Amino acid sequence: MRRLLLAALLLAPLAATPARADDPSFTLTIRNHVFDPARIEVPANAKFRLLVKNMDSTPEEFESKDLRREKVIAGGAEAVILLGPLKPGTYRFVGEYNEATAKGVLVAK
Amino acid sequence: MLSTAIIVFREILEASLIVSVMMAASRGAAGRGVSIGGGVAGGVLGACLLALFAGRIGASMEGVGQEVLNAAVLCAAVLMLAWHSIWMKRHGREMARQMTDVANAVRSGGRPIYILGVVVGVAVLREGSETVLFLYGIAAGGGGVQAMAIGGLLGIISGIAVSTLLYRGLLHIPPRHLFRVTGILILLMAGGMASQAAAFLVAADLLPPLGAEIWDSSAILDPNSILGRTLHALVGYDARPAGVQLLVFAATLATIYACMHAVDRPRPTRQTRPA
Repeated sequence: MRRLLLAALLLAPLAATPARADDPSFTLTIRNHVFDPARIEVPANAKFRLLVKNMDSTPEEFESKDLRREKVIAGGAEAVILLGPLKPGTYRFVGEYNEATAKGVLVAK
Repeated sequence: MLSTAIIVFREILEASLIVSVMMAASRGAAGRGVSIGGGVAGGVLGACLLALFAGRIGASMEGVGQEVLNAAVLCAAVLMLAWHSIWMKRHGREMARQMTDVANAVRSGGRPIYILGVVVGVAVLREGSETVLFLYGIAAGGGGVQAMAIGGLLGIISGIAVSTLLYRGLLHIPPRHLFRVTGILILLMAGGMASQAAAFLVAADLLPPLGAEIWDSSAILDPNSILGRTLHALVGYDARPAGVQLLVFAATLATIYACMHAVDRPRPTRQTRPA
């Protein structure tokens, strides 16, 4: 039972679709604790990559309850967030460390 | 300053709750101060290192290094908690039979308390690195070192206060039942951490979600509220779990439980049962 579970856990990644490099990529820039663009449109029902570039010298945490993602991005660094397939709709996200200014929405169409 | 305190409080609450359960679970054990204290110190040190290398870690493994590292660290904690549960099942009862008081039994049994120290270290490491980054951001971003220090300190103190309350509450349980309660908490905590690890692997696209969102209970119990965060730390509460998280939660509990049951079979040669 335990071995089976272990094997299942180890093999599960192989079952997931790899090769995310081919997926469409969208870029989000953080500057002065503000997301640019604050509204980003992505295709619904497809996988895609969100590239978040943090141009500030301070770290930020990309957080979205709607997208179920939380990711720290160091100052001056960029991070890839793998997303989708998403149902059509609006998904909010914030920069947790500067929530007053860093807000945006992702719209899946 | 107040917002700083609130964010720091949110970040460290989980780690400090884990510390209080580990403290209660190791009540009366020799060397627990060193183990748990060492875990906290090691965790803080590790958190600073992790914060320092956050950029490099995030960029590794095609951009999913952070998720994979989080998952790996959580899996290590799950293994430690599983090992502790099985050890307690195997030795706890024998020792309790020979001695009148379980606390005494646990104290003298050569129980591997450092395991709990490792769990503490891992929890502090994870939550701590985000706190360090956040505070660094405020200090470097013109918020001022003083506001950062006061806000941070306030957050840390209130986080510790809540977990002290939990610890005191747990100590009101009589010793015999205390270890049963902490045993169950540790089991649930292991399941919760395994489910979080699965969530990170889904985010890294290394595990299929098997249903991206099985339910959404965020309107009923906000995962960002104190209660939501507390239940997240203690039993792995997730307002919008993926299917694979539920599967991993159940599989972890079942596996640890099965192992505990396997080591607890009565050994007929040594069994002396009063009629």
